[in-house]
Amino acid sequence: MNSSIQKLVEKQKVVIVGNGMVGHHFVEQLAQLRTSNQAIEITVLSAESRLAYDRVHLSEYFSGKTAEDLAMTDEKTYLDWDVNFQTNAKVVDIDRINKNVVTESGQVFDYDKLVLATGSYPFVPPIPGKDREHCLVYRTIDDLDDIQASANVSKVGVVIGGGLLGLEAANALTHLGLKTHVVEFAPQLMGVQIDAGGGRLLKEKIEALGVEVHTSKATNVIEDGDKCRYKLCFSDDTVLETDLILFSAGIRPYDNLARTFDLELGERGGIVINNQCQTSDGDIYAIGECALWNNFIFGLVAPGYSMAKVAAKHIIGEQESFTGADMSTKLKLMGVEVGSIGDAHAKTPGSLTYTYENQPEGVYKKIVVSSDKSKMLGAVLIGDTSEYDTLLQYMLNAIDLPESPEALILPSSGDKPSLGAGALPDTATICSCHNVTKGDIIASIDAGAMTVGDVKSCTKAGSGCGGCAALVKSVADNEFEKRGVEVKKDICEHFAYSRREIYDIVSVEKIKTFDELLASHGKGHGCEICKPVAGSVLASVWNDYILKKPHLSLQDTNDTYLGNMQKDGTYSVVPRIAGGEITPDKLIVLGEVAKKYNLYTKITGGARVDLFGARVEQLPPIWKELVDAGFETGHAYGKSLRTVKSCVGSTWCRYGVQDSMSMAIDLEHRYKGLRAPHKIKFGVSGCTRECAEAQGKDIGIIATDNGWNLYVAGNGGMKPRHGDLFATDLDDDTLVKYVDRILMFYVQTGDRLQRTSTWMDNLEGGLAYLQDVIMKDSLGITDSLEAQMESIVGTYQCEWKTTIEDPEALKRFQPFVNSSKPDSNIIFIQERDQIRPATKDEKAEDLSNVTKIAEEA
Amino acid sequence: MSEQNKNWLTVCKATDLVKDSGVCALIEQGVEEKQVAIFHLPNTEKQVYAVGNYDPIGEANVLYRGLVGSIGDNIIVASPLYKQHFCLTTGKCLQEDVSIDVIPARILDDQVQLFV
Repeated sequence: MNSSIQKLVEKQKVVIVGNGMVGHHFVEQLAQLRTSNQAIEITVLSAESRLAYDRVHLSEYFSGKTAEDLAMTDEKTYLDWDVNFQTNAKVVDIDRINKNVVTESGQVFDYDKLVLATGSYPFVPPIPGKDREHCLVYRTIDDLDDIQASANVSKVGVVIGGGLLGLEAANALTHLGLKTHVVEFAPQLMGVQIDAGGGRLLKEKIEALGVEVHTSKATNVIEDGDKCRYKLCFSDDTVLETDLILFSAGIRPYDNLARTFDLELGERGGIVINNQCQTSDGDIYAIGECALWNNFIFGLVAPGYSMAKVAAKHIIGEQESFTGADMSTKLKLMGVEVGSIGDAHAKTPGSLTYTYENQPEGVYKKIVVSSDKSKMLGAVLIGDTSEYDTLLQYMLNAIDLPESPEALILPSSGDKPSLGAGALPDTATICSCHNVTKGDIIASIDAGAMTVGDVKSCTKAGSGCGGCAALVKSVADNEFEKRGVEVKKDICEHFAYSRREIYDIVSVEKIKTFDELLASHGKGHGCEICKPVAGSVLASVWNDYILKKPHLSLQDTNDTYLGNMQKDGTYSVVPRIAGGEITPDKLIVLGEVAKKYNLYTKITGGARVDLFGARVEQLPPIWKELVDAGFETGHAYGKSLRTVKSCVGSTWCRYGVQDSMSMAIDLEHRYKGLRAPHKIKFGVSGCTRECAEAQGKDIGIIATDNGWNLYVAGNGGMKPRHGDLFATDLDDDTLVKYVDRILMFYVQTGDRLQRTSTWMDNLEGGLAYLQDVIMKDSLGITDSLEAQMESIVGTYQCEWKTTIEDPEALKRFQPFVNSSKPDSNIIFIQERDQIRPATKDEKAEDLSNVTKIAEEA
Repeated sequence: MSEQNKNWLTVCKATDLVKDSGVCALIEQGVEEKQVAIFHLPNTEKQVYAVGNYDPIGEANVLYRGLVGSIGDNIIVASPLYKQHFCLTTGKCLQEDVSIDVIPARILDDQVQLFV
């Protein structure tokens, strides 16, 4: 290139006053935006002694983070970016005519464009005594050093101001070991972000953490104290003694420079800017907390970042506008989760609110919706912010609300509407700190990002406050899955296969033991994940007695000891009571056995009887008595069929239309013992009144005038779901045929610990696909599914009957290889005329009050 | 008890062990009772491992009923209560900052012996 031409291009000089988070962000944006043929010289001046650091996480300085940890940049980074910088360079003069700024030490910097990112300073109310020693503010790392020094010679600390920053500061004081108080002028804490109800609960929670909160208190004067260094005298004639006072009563824009040099200011301060962040002087920009946009100061970092980006773009000649910012925020204050979204105070005319408060658990949730209940306007969340992301997306993207918006905040409402990553529009803002949309994330994946980590480093999403990390992951994962990027489904480190793949390997290669499987397809020695999976698959494919020697070591303790282990190491005994039907004689046997062995007895939700508190060595004699009386195992310990719940049906009930009782008993006996990816429950109701709650079961059957309606993939428990109607008016034989096929297909293809509901939802095509496979034989496998089920049904054996007849297996039930003493750590106490395990304290304290279980003769 | 007072104590026959699984021995020394979980992993170098039977997290005497296997290079037992992994050679829990006693164990002339 011709050197004389190059010389003609004068470098454009951009000077930034202030190196806080926003000033730094501007530097970063501009350094990246300028291209090689845009000659821009960047100079940043910091009044502080250090370069930009993270003020949002300032309180972590007292929980172990150092100034280096909080640093957002360093000298090397700025040198690499070719950015000039000066610390301890407070700007005292601007010459707008000659376009230069002068620092305290007299250095002069010429500018073509000047960017004011001077931030804000803590407002200290004009209380007499406010300037005394140990009266401090909380804003910079230097302030923190002062606080620490003062705390070393103090016992009690007061924070004046109960806003967001005040509570952060209070947290810092507690970290320093001070007895901490918060004094707030308003009647509630965090009045800007949350409503009165939320404020009340927040106060309770913070007080529970040992911080005393004093609301509606105006401080008149700070005087010498009697017990402490000072006392605060309040307008209501009360006083509060303290050694250290920390002011956190809000921020004021640091606009002195603009004030002195005649830039337009707002009535109550702040440098007025337009949508391009220009001040009244077009060559001077203001960004961050010193700037006043639309008569509003944004005291959060995210809007400051947006302004920085807009200003940087404007300087290189690109048009972008700052059009305001969402002030929603989610944070953890002293361990208390707090979220505030949009119009938290329901100020929008006609707006309506829904409130949920759970005082015992300390949770408060409120949503504010538009008058027609169609749009989310705002929300307050205290104690539990798990719905924050979803609620925020509803508001930001004006997504239509579900019919009952309250379901969004109510606990355990079955069909809680969730906004999946797929449902969000591309314009949805995912990370508001860095203004990253779903579209930006997709673009980064288009450009080659292969992992969530790649997405984060390309887009910066999730690297601000971090509140959106989970959402970023789910959006990225959703996008990866759409593109067919394989999401790893290995069951554990020993097998790079899913349960389904292991099922195929075992059946195709005719593998009969875990050792063979490990040698041919795995590595290491197995673990508590892959061994039971292999045990379950081997049992499903070959239907061997599960305690047969080669399989013994694969079973969870529940399967090994054929009972559910309880917290104290004892087991429960649950005999099968098919359909919940039991003769008085058998009921008496249960009572007698329970009494003889002193077992805790309870009726279960699955219409049978649980007996608790059996020690390992008691299991065989207990089961011998039960088997002799005609009982068999209930498989309550297995990933297998539990119960078929039923009503009495047409036999007794005036409304019943089919014999649901007989159907339930037949089905329970047909599928008992079947090993599956997870437990399976059935329900059979004799009429549409649905007394057996069949729609909440994996397989639900409801009688009709013409036969049976079949529902699949219902679920109770943690994630309740109603079953989907699979087929209607089936006769008995067709019903059983379909259930055979569905269960066998589930056993073959389900993943480890996957209930039928998630299994079906994860089948591509869902219900319709399953109907095609089962009823139209779209895969051509129904014959083999039925044959496999038939062979399993035909080879059923009661595991307890087999066990008590096998002396070798019984050896497992001896408590010790060298002693027949019982475990001395199993101790029960009486409660409501039955036993329960003693707590640790009860075991430790007076052993004489504790009934030690008598050894069985 | 100090090291020099310890001896190899026979607790059972090798045939009483169960391949890739655990049994429990009760060690009574004076009034003190100690439960020791003994695992037999014939496909590993040490073959026989012994640790305290008390699960410090679940607070019950259950470890011998856990599944054994490996996590990385560690030979482990998974607590049958809450599934934390305990290394059978160091006694350290891989998930939490607790550990269990490790007792030297050997098979000599078909006898299982513990150094207690």
